[in-house]
Amino acid sequence: MEMFEEIKSFASTFFVTGDPLIYGADVAIVMTMLAIVFVLTYYKKWGWLWREWLTTVDHKKIGIMYLIASLLMLFRGGVDALLMRLQLAMPDVHFLHSEHYNAIFTTHGTIMILFMAMPMMFALFNIVVPLQIGARDVAYPFLNALSFWLFFFGAMLFNLSFVIGGSPDSGWLAYPPLSELSSSPGVGQNFYIWGIQISGIGSLATGINFLVTILKMRAPGMKLMQMPLFSWSVLSSCVMIIFAFPILTVTLALLFIDRFTGAHFFTLDGGGNPMMYVNLIWMWGHPEVYIVVIPAFGIYSEIVSTFSKKTIFGYKSMVFSMMIISVLSFFTWVHHFFTMGAGADVNTFFAISTMAIGIPTGVKVFNWLFTMFRGRIQMKQPMLWTLAFIPCFVVGGATGVMLAVAPADYQYHNSYFLIAHFHQVLIGGVVFGYLAGIYYWWPKMFGFKLDERLGKWGFWFWNIGFYVCFMPQYALGFMGMTRRVYTYGWDMGWAPLNFVSTVGAFLMGIGFIFQVWQIAYSIKHGERDLTGDPWNGRTLEWSIPSPAPLYNFAVLPQVNSMDAWWEKKQQMQQGEVKQEPVKLEPIHMPKNSAIPFVMSFFWFIAGFGFTFLWVWMAVAGLIGVGICLLVRSFQYDTDYYISVDEIRRTEKALGRAV
Amino acid sequence: MRKRDWFHRGKWMLMAAMATLLLAGCDNRYLVLNPKGPVAETEYRLIVLSAVLCAAVVIPVLALLAFIIYRYRDKPDNKAPYKPDWAHSTTLEVVWWGIPIVIIAILGYFTARTTFALVKPPVTDATPITIQVTSLDWKWLFTYPDQKVATVNYVEIPAGVPVQFVLTSDAPMNSFWVPQLGGQEYTMPGMAMRLWLQADHPGEYFGQGANFTGKGFAHMQFKVIAKPQAEFEAWAQNVRKTAPAMTKEDYTALAKPGLSETRTYSSYPEGLFEEIVKKNGGQEHDHSMNHDGMTHTP
Repeated sequence: MEMFEEIKSFASTFFVTGDPLIYGADVAIVMTMLAIVFVLTYYKKWGWLWREWLTTVDHKKIGIMYLIASLLMLFRGGVDALLMRLQLAMPDVHFLHSEHYNAIFTTHGTIMILFMAMPMMFALFNIVVPLQIGARDVAYPFLNALSFWLFFFGAMLFNLSFVIGGSPDSGWLAYPPLSELSSSPGVGQNFYIWGIQISGIGSLATGINFLVTILKMRAPGMKLMQMPLFSWSVLSSCVMIIFAFPILTVTLALLFIDRFTGAHFFTLDGGGNPMMYVNLIWMWGHPEVYIVVIPAFGIYSEIVSTFSKKTIFGYKSMVFSMMIISVLSFFTWVHHFFTMGAGADVNTFFAISTMAIGIPTGVKVFNWLFTMFRGRIQMKQPMLWTLAFIPCFVVGGATGVMLAVAPADYQYHNSYFLIAHFHQVLIGGVVFGYLAGIYYWWPKMFGFKLDERLGKWGFWFWNIGFYVCFMPQYALGFMGMTRRVYTYGWDMGWAPLNFVSTVGAFLMGIGFIFQVWQIAYSIKHGERDLTGDPWNGRTLEWSIPSPAPLYNFAVLPQVNSMDAWWEKKQQMQQGEVKQEPVKLEPIHMPKNSAIPFVMSFFWFIAGFGFTFLWVWMAVAGLIGVGICLLVRSFQYDTDYYISVDEIRRTEKALGRAV
Repeated sequence: MRKRDWFHRGKWMLMAAMATLLLAGCDNRYLVLNPKGPVAETEYRLIVLSAVLCAAVVIPVLALLAFIIYRYRDKPDNKAPYKPDWAHSTTLEVVWWGIPIVIIAILGYFTARTTFALVKPPVTDATPITIQVTSLDWKWLFTYPDQKVATVNYVEIPAGVPVQFVLTSDAPMNSFWVPQLGGQEYTMPGMAMRLWLQADHPGEYFGQGANFTGKGFAHMQFKVIAKPQAEFEAWAQNVRKTAPAMTKEDYTALAKPGLSETRTYSSYPEGLFEEIVKKNGGQEHDHSMNHDGMTHTP
C-alpha cells in the first residue's frame, strides 16, 4: 500500500498532469507510436528501416531525415504559436493560465530556431551541397550521421518535457536569474539545457563537416570563385557555426553547473553576474540568426538565376557581401540589450555596427533585382516564394535598421514592434527561403515535382496570413504592448489588432495544411521528373538523375566555369561537346554504421539522467558514449568499393548511357 | 492575367495597411507616437527620421521590384530585352553599395548624437528630483529619497521637472517602461541604473514592466501620476501624515512573489534601496561600472 502511494506521488511529479491539452497530447503520442510500431511490423519493415535509414551514412538520406524531423518540429512550433494567438485573441481570455503560456512561448522560440530552422537548413546542406560541388558524399560521412542523430535525440529530449517533468518556461534564451534554481526549480530548464547541448554538438560537427567538404571535395577544376552561391552561403554559415556554437555550449554548461552544483556564475549572490550570461548567449544568438538566414540568401540566388534564365548579377559582390555579413554578425550582439544601459559609447558602437550589416544585405537585394532585370521570369513555385521574400525582407530589414537606432530602441525593446520585426525577417527570410529551396530541390530528392495548384493555395494563405498576422503587431508595439504577457485588459485598446493578428496566424496554419495536402497528393499524382533537370537548371546537381544514385556521379565532372551545367548545355546545343568515351572506375564509398544512432541514444540517456539529476543514469549514458567511441576507434572495415559493373547497371536503369 | 490581378490587389492592400499605420499616430492609443515629455519627444523624432530614411530606400526598391516582375515576365509576346549573360556593371554596383552607405552614415550620425544626449538630464530651470525604483516579483516599489515616502505600483512625479529614476531589482531582471515619457531601461539585481524622464504636463501615464520575469509578469503595470510641483509636495506631505510606515518586515513580505494592490507608505527603512543593491552583489562591481549611464550606489 505504501509502495503504491510512493509510486503514485512519483508519477504525479514525473508526468505532467492536470491539463486537458497535455492529456490529449499523451493520448496522441501513444497512439502514434502504436500506429508506427504496427505498420512497421505488419509490413515487415523493421529491417528496412534499420538498414536503409537508421544506420545510413548517405548524405541524401540524412538530408531527408533532417527534412522530415524539421517539418514535424514546424508543426509542433506552429501549434504552440496558434495556442498563444488564441490566448491573446481577446483581453482576459482564460484559455491558458500564465505558467502554461510561459512554457509555450519558451518552447515555441526554442523549437522554431534550434529544432526547426537549423535542421531544415541542414537538410538542404546535406541534399544539395555534395551534388552541387560535384562530390560523392561529404568529407566525414560517419560524423554526418552522428550529427543528425545527436540533433534528433536532443530534439526528442527537449520535446519530452511536454509530457514528462514539465516544460521550460523562462524564455527561449533562458536569462538567469529567472532560469537559475532560485526562480526555476523544476526540471524543465534542465531539459532545455540538455536538449540544446546534445543537438548543439551535432550542429558544430555539421559546421566542420561542410566547411571541409566545400574546401576539399569540389569537382576537379571548380575554383572557389566558380562555386554556386548556395555552396558559398553554406561556407559562410559554417564559418559562423564554428565560431558561435562553442560559445553556446560553454554558456549553457556554466548555467547547468550553477543549477547542478550550486555554483555562482550567473546567480544574484556569491559574486555571480547575470549580465555575463546575457552577453554570452547573444554572442552566439546573434550570429545564429545569420547562420540560418545566409543559406536562405544562397537559395534565393540559385532560384532567381534559374527562373530568370540569366546569370546571377554581381557574383563577386554576392560572395563578398556574404562573407562581410558573417564577420560583422559577431560584432552586433549588444543590440539585443541596448536598454541594459552599457553606456553611450558602447551603445553607439553596436548601433552603427548593426546598421552596417544593412549595407551588404541591401547590395544583395539589388543584385537579385538586377538578375531578373533583362531576364525572363518564370512564376514557378520556388520563384513565387523568392518574389514574396524580397518585399517582406526589405520591409523587415528596414524595421531592423529602425531598431538599431539605439535611443529609439529604448521605445521598441521587448515590445510587439520587435516581435513583428524578427518574425518578418525569420519567416520572410528564413522560412520562405527554405520553403523555396524545398520546392526547388524536391524533384532532386524524390524524383517528382510538388503539385503547382495546391502549392499556390498554400503560398497565398501563408503570405496573406503573414501580413495579417504581423503588420498589426508593429502597431501594437507602438501602443505599448510588451512581449510575453499572457493576457491584457480591455482598457489598453489592444483588442482589435490582436484579434486581427490571431486571424492571420490561423491563415498561415491553413497554408501549412495545404502544403501537407500538396505533399500527400503529389506522392501519387505529382509530375515525375525523368530528365533530372526539371527546371532547366544551371548547376551540377541537375546534371545527374533524380533522385541521384548512391554514388551521385558515375564520373566526376570537369568544371571550367561558373554555372557548369548551364555552360555544358549551351555547348551541347552548339554541338561543341564531343562524346568522349568515359572510363568508369570503381567508386570508393563509406559503409553504413549503427554507431551514430546508438551513441546518440546513449547521449539521450545521459541527458535524461542529468535532467532529473539521476547521476547513476547520467554516468551509465556517458559510459555508453565512451564505449561507442572506443568501438569506432578500432573499427577498420569502414569502407568498400562499388564495382564498375554495378555502376553500369545502375546508370542503365536510370536511363543514362555510359 | 489572373495572377497579375492578384498582384495588384496585394499591392493596394499593403499600401492601405501602411497608410493606416501612419494615420494611426493621431490616435492617442499609440503611446509611443504620442510623447508627453522631452525624452520621449527626442526618441519619437528619431523614430520618424529613421522611418523616413528607410522608406526612402524601401519604396523605390518595391516599385522597382514590381516594375521588373511586370516587364520581364516569361511570356512569348514579351518585347522587353533579354540578355542572359549580362551579369556585371561596375557603375550600378557602385551605386548600390553607395546608397546604403550614405543612408547609414546619416542615421548613424543622429543615433550617436542622441545616444550621448540622452544620458544627460533634460534641460530645464527646475531642479531635478530622484526616485528609486525596485522591481519585485511581481510589483513595483518606488522610494522617494527626498520626500522620504514610498509607493507600490504607482508613482507620483512633479510635472515639468526632470526625474532621475534609479533602477534596480530584487527579483529577476525586469525593464522599467513609461512609453509616453521615454524609453525603457532594465532593472537589474545588484545594479543601480539611471534613467532620465520628464512629463511636460500633469496627467496620468501608463507604465509597465517590459522584461519577462515569470508567472505574474503580465500584471506588472503601474501608473505615473504627474502633478504640478506644489501639488506634488502637498501630496508627499499628506502621505507622510496619513499613510502607515514601512518596516523591514513589511518590505520582506512585499518582496515575496505575488501580486499587490497599490500601496502608500509614509516612510521606509533608511537606506533600503542601497541595501537591496548591495545585497544582490552591488559591492562586486565597485569600480568597473562608473561611466555614463551606469552608476554604482554606494
